[in-house]
Amino acid sequence: MSATAPLNPRYELVLRPHKGWQPVDFREIFAGRELFRFLVWRDIKIRYKQTMFGGLWAIFQPLLGMLIFTLFFNRLAGIKSDGPPYPLFSYTGLVLWNFFANSVAMSSNSLVGNQVLVSKVYFPRIFIPLAAIGALILDLFIGLLLLLAIMIYYRWPLGWNAIEMPIYALGTLLAASGLGLFLSALNVRFRDVKYAVPFFLQMGMFVSPVIYPVRYVSPRFQWILGLNPMTGMIVGFRHAMLGGSADWPLVGISSAASVFLFITGLLIFRRMERRFADII
Amino acid sequence: MAPIIEVSSLSKKFRLGTSRHDDSFREFLVDAARSSWRALRHISSNGVNSANSDWMWALQDINFGIRPGEVVGIIGSNGAGKSTLLKILSRITDPTEGFVRLRGRVASLLEVGTGFHPDLTGRENIYLNGVMLGMSKAEVESKFDEIVAFAELEKFLDTPVKRYSSGMYVRLGFAVAAHLDPEILIVDEVLAVGDMAFQKKCLGKMGEFGESGRTILFVSHNLRAILNLCQRGIVLEKGKLTFDSDAKRAAEYYAHAVAGEKTDSHDSSFDLRGAGSRAPHYKPWLRRLEVSVDDGKPFTGELPIGGALQFRVDFEIPNSTSNFDLRINFVDLYGQVIFAARSSFEPNRDWGERSGAQRLVCDIPRLALTPGDYRVDIGIVIEDRCIDYVEAACRLRIVDFDYYGTGRIPSLGFFVNDQRWRLE
Repeated sequence: MSATAPLNPRYELVLRPHKGWQPVDFREIFAGRELFRFLVWRDIKIRYKQTMFGGLWAIFQPLLGMLIFTLFFNRLAGIKSDGPPYPLFSYTGLVLWNFFANSVAMSSNSLVGNQVLVSKVYFPRIFIPLAAIGALILDLFIGLLLLLAIMIYYRWPLGWNAIEMPIYALGTLLAASGLGLFLSALNVRFRDVKYAVPFFLQMGMFVSPVIYPVRYVSPRFQWILGLNPMTGMIVGFRHAMLGGSADWPLVGISSAASVFLFITGLLIFRRMERRFADII
Repeated sequence: MAPIIEVSSLSKKFRLGTSRHDDSFREFLVDAARSSWRALRHISSNGVNSANSDWMWALQDINFGIRPGEVVGIIGSNGAGKSTLLKILSRITDPTEGFVRLRGRVASLLEVGTGFHPDLTGRENIYLNGVMLGMSKAEVESKFDEIVAFAELEKFLDTPVKRYSSGMYVRLGFAVAAHLDPEILIVDEVLAVGDMAFQKKCLGKMGEFGESGRTILFVSHNLRAILNLCQRGIVLEKGKLTFDSDAKRAAEYYAHAVAGEKTDSHDSSFDLRGAGSRAPHYKPWLRRLEVSVDDGKPFTGELPIGGALQFRVDFEIPNSTSNFDLRINFVDLYGQVIFAARSSFEPNRDWGERSGAQRLVCDIPRLALTPGDYRVDIGIVIEDRCIDYVEAACRLRIVDFDYYGTGRIPSLGFFVNDQRWRLE
């Protein structure tokens, strides 16, 4: 604070009431990218603080899921995959689903869990839920590495399809972000969200083709499954990693649903954010 | 020169109770049903929708301009709208009407150590907090050593801040904030915490900042800090701007007109249950205060230097406990506690477990304060937690008196004290 900063004569900011729908301020978001990186870094750092296994949890979660699902759904209930060995099949679905579910769960509680940031300092509010999701991308990477290891174990070949994988990861990211933004904003007003989200995520796994292939559902109703963005993302993701055919119309519907969810979530968030500090 | 901050017809209204009560969906539905029923009833009865009664104006039609380089204090009692004004200026909340035009980058300090995470180390939090308050990573890096030296925490840099004492925490938070380089600095009474020596250091740093031509907006209860730091003072009362002048006049106006609004009631008995100066989160456990002077004569609001006072306080203890403490603070016009009386200071206190309605009598045989206006705050602490506190339960004017019996009136300093002199 020693040298006088020159006053920029062109700098001017007018604060006015905002009403109704607000556009997304990309310039402001870009200007704050350094803070966003710090928030992601913070969320990664604190996630496994004071845990015994730390980052290993990112591996345990899908791995134990795979073992339990294989035992119960495959061995006991007789659900079959559509080609690859069932453990590989279910793990592939689980990696993506866990990323989605954890993202939605973490981001929907992010604003309420960071009340001080909402009520005592200003920066683009969308950073808070998005940073929570950003921190989980690391877990997705770890999960993908483990997927490659499991593929090697089963001697399952990785084809050229794999270059499509980022598309489905991105689609999942968009869907999770849209839903996370919406729910985090709603949570500020209604704490019910905190209780509802875990329940619906649990149900959501069973309406997404994580433990069963889509062909188990009658072809006439498959397009309805497509409205769940995760259906198409998981189908596409399996196709990319494990090969085999994919139901492209289904993937198309889900992709559209992902983009729709993202844009809607973002706009609703922008509309609601001006009241966060008053009601949180 | 154009003002660096221009506030024009600024108003903000809040929905009463929104932040505390209806935070679940069920209550929202009940509320919605109730208010639409109310609306219907009003439309049918007189055609007017009285929905406005559920709203409260935290700020109403505020107008002022601040020139570059001015250091301005915002003065007001609890609920006057100071924090709301700062929150609008810091972009945390939107105004309801009017606008603010800012012609410089703002850094606001509404809390010390905003965004500190208890699990992160001091070093990590310096970066996080600095970037959050508007510095770039490179800026934090270049000022890192200065920040650490200012906070005097070199040895604890790699300790998680949850192991810090509250003093260390505040020092680290302020050290980061003190190294911001904005054109406008907005500070909410964060200096109220921390030890005196560090407070002085912070005030010094802010003074330096003001002298270097930067604009500061400073909110505080502490009129002394405002007088030391600010050239200009703006007084807010119940959401309205009522006084805008140089800092000294504003502080005097506030001390007399606002804080002293009840001075002329010469009662000796004060109802504390309905006291307006109680923070909203307290329940009225304190009920009544009776004051008498000398030998049971009723209190008139005045007392000579060294006079005797007796306070009789009626209050209630919610649960049976022996750990209760009644506190009576004598506070000067500038918000400084000059003398604190506590029932726990009574050596012969053998009152056992108590619950329900109680009356404690406090005798002060010689109140040795120098002439001036004081307010008397009363608080009740149960099991080391303050459960009720009434600011300005009564007011007291200490008047001139020949305390030493020499024909001279002592007026300098805070208190009189017996003294013996001899020539050797």
